[in-house]
Amino acid sequence: MAKTKKNIFYDPSLSKRHFKDKIFKYATVASLAISLIFLVIFLSDMIIKGSSAIKQSYIQVEVSYSQKAQKSYRKAVERKYVNLISRAELRQVPMQMKNNASLMGTKELKWLIADDQVDMYMKGYYYKLKSKDLKTLEAMVANGRIEQKFNTVFFTHGDSKSPEFAGILSAMIGTIFTILVAMAVAFPLGVATAIYLEEFSKESWWSEFLEVNINNLAAIPSILFGLLGLAIFINLFGLPRSSALVGGLTLALMTLPIIVVSSRAALRSVPSTIRQAGYGLGLTKVQVVKDHVLPLAFPGIMTGTILGLAQAMGETAPLIIVGMIAFIPDSPTTIMDAATVMPAQIFTWAGMPERAYIEKTAAGILTLLTILISLNAFAIYLRKRFEVKW
Amino acid sequence: MATFERKNRSVQLQEDAIRYFLIVAATISILTTFGILFSILFEAIEFFKLKSFWYFFTGTEWSPGTSDSKFGALPIFSGTLLITAIAITVALPIGLGSAIFMSEYASDKQRTTLKPILEILAGIPTVVYGFFAAITVAPFIVEVCKSFGVVASFNSALASGIVMGIMIIPVISSLSDDVIRAVPDSLRKGALALGMTKSETIKDVVLPSALPGIISATLLGVSKALGETMIVVMAAGLRPNLSWNILEDMTTVTVRIVDSLVGDQAFNSPATLSAFALGLALFVLTLILNIVSVRMIKKFKIKYKMSSL
Repeated sequence: MAKTKKNIFYDPSLSKRHFKDKIFKYATVASLAISLIFLVIFLSDMIIKGSSAIKQSYIQVEVSYSQKAQKSYRKAVERKYVNLISRAELRQVPMQMKNNASLMGTKELKWLIADDQVDMYMKGYYYKLKSKDLKTLEAMVANGRIEQKFNTVFFTHGDSKSPEFAGILSAMIGTIFTILVAMAVAFPLGVATAIYLEEFSKESWWSEFLEVNINNLAAIPSILFGLLGLAIFINLFGLPRSSALVGGLTLALMTLPIIVVSSRAALRSVPSTIRQAGYGLGLTKVQVVKDHVLPLAFPGIMTGTILGLAQAMGETAPLIIVGMIAFIPDSPTTIMDAATVMPAQIFTWAGMPERAYIEKTAAGILTLLTILISLNAFAIYLRKRFEVKW
Repeated sequence: MATFERKNRSVQLQEDAIRYFLIVAATISILTTFGILFSILFEAIEFFKLKSFWYFFTGTEWSPGTSDSKFGALPIFSGTLLITAIAITVALPIGLGSAIFMSEYASDKQRTTLKPILEILAGIPTVVYGFFAAITVAPFIVEVCKSFGVVASFNSALASGIVMGIMIIPVISSLSDDVIRAVPDSLRKGALALGMTKSETIKDVVLPSALPGIISATLLGVSKALGETMIVVMAAGLRPNLSWNILEDMTTVTVRIVDSLVGDQAFNSPATLSAFALGLALFVLTLILNIVSVRMIKKFKIKYKMSSL
């Protein structure tokens, strides 16, 4: 019965169209899924590569503080152990004797940082050891004289040519200096620019020019800011190359548009009734902005600034151009000292031939990502906590 | 007649001072742009005094180290464009697809959780992407190619292109999402009322209306890919290579800039100055892309009378 009755609205291509409809929806879901899957793969890859850097191999040997050791650090331990111990660690023995004369002639059983190849052997990676050293090593493992302990070196030391002794401390301090310089310059300038554009400027070719210019500045590739830093701050002003000052100034110019744009959005979200009420009470324009609009917009401005700061922290290319990839074993003490920053340190380590630097690089990346994610989370918290719904 | 109290003189002075400070601050951003432009331009002019301008854009041989150094940047430009093309091929479908899902299919709750997650991709420092491309993606591509009997370079354009594409997904998806959501609902309802399926509505009505915005987003993505440095410095090669084979190693404008400035050559040697000539080309290209992109989005805004985007 139902079959014979023909529906004149029935479109024979309808099932095909519905099928296509479904396919289209799944395609959009799939494209989103691909990005998320990539994110998961990427993060787990970094964690797998970096997790082995949490521990580091230590080796127990007898250190003899003798005359011979004073002359050559290689004599401080028994000859068969020399290649198994971090050279940077052994080099400190003569120094210790110099600082503490009573050590002379004594012997001490100590846990020393093992060579990076030993570390690689212990962690089951590819290693390069002479067969003689390998035998000694295997015997020591059997005796329990090699242990993996928590890697404190990574957070308490600067860069080193020996991977087992390399840490991220000097790069962290360099990053702090650089970011402080950048923010000290970019924050007041950016907020002031935003206030000018949003509250004071009248519609004119000048304000429009400013606006177009700021948008363009945001789209200029970061490496060109490095060229600017090199040509102007270093060559023209003669500021010291590789210093946190030059790096910070370069980053400040890069972060400026981000701060301007977010501050303007925050200022714009303050309703005009606030301003009208202020004028109604006889306040001047500056008073209205300073005492009423700015405090209300401040959480929004801070959120944008922190996001800009996080971006500046991850920036590498312009800093490489101004020379912040120098080998910096000691932390900088002033902003004029040669310094390196965390992303630049990661870049340097990534280019090292030793296998042990791979886990250092991944560990550095995890450290950097942790800091960036906490900064972003803090910004979101600020926004949620202080956001005013008008 | 009412008498008005005159403003206190010192208050007046203070206010003027603040006003001028604001104007000066706003001018700094302009100084920066011109600073970039002129610092690059002057050094680039120095370079073109030493080497042929014409050969720079048409020559195919780049050998800065040798005594009769040659600066033909064509292979460098071709490498840059090829890697950018790979990146856009990856980013455009994925980014646009994600944007369509978030704006048309997802519930508000899904959208507010998914969008920040997607934006994490934009927040990852590029040096991290570079490490990932060099250590994980490139060897993976080499292995896959080997199983098909094809030889791929460890510095292949494909590896850096793919990773760069993933980096610019959020650039494209975020702006496209905003634009698609800005298309008035009346258009969708009209199309649905005429019996179109949802996908037909999106494909034939929503996307064409949002096209200027989507093109604008894509151009921003292109300009970001052109200027991207760390991924290619770490994962692409140093050898200028005029080739269409995406499995070969290639170099880009940004790689050559970094390479020529990190060394210890004298600052006024042609090898160092060539970085500024390349920088100038990059600056002009990204500026044009950006201006076109802004124009496009403005057109879209006027069409739908939008105030904020």
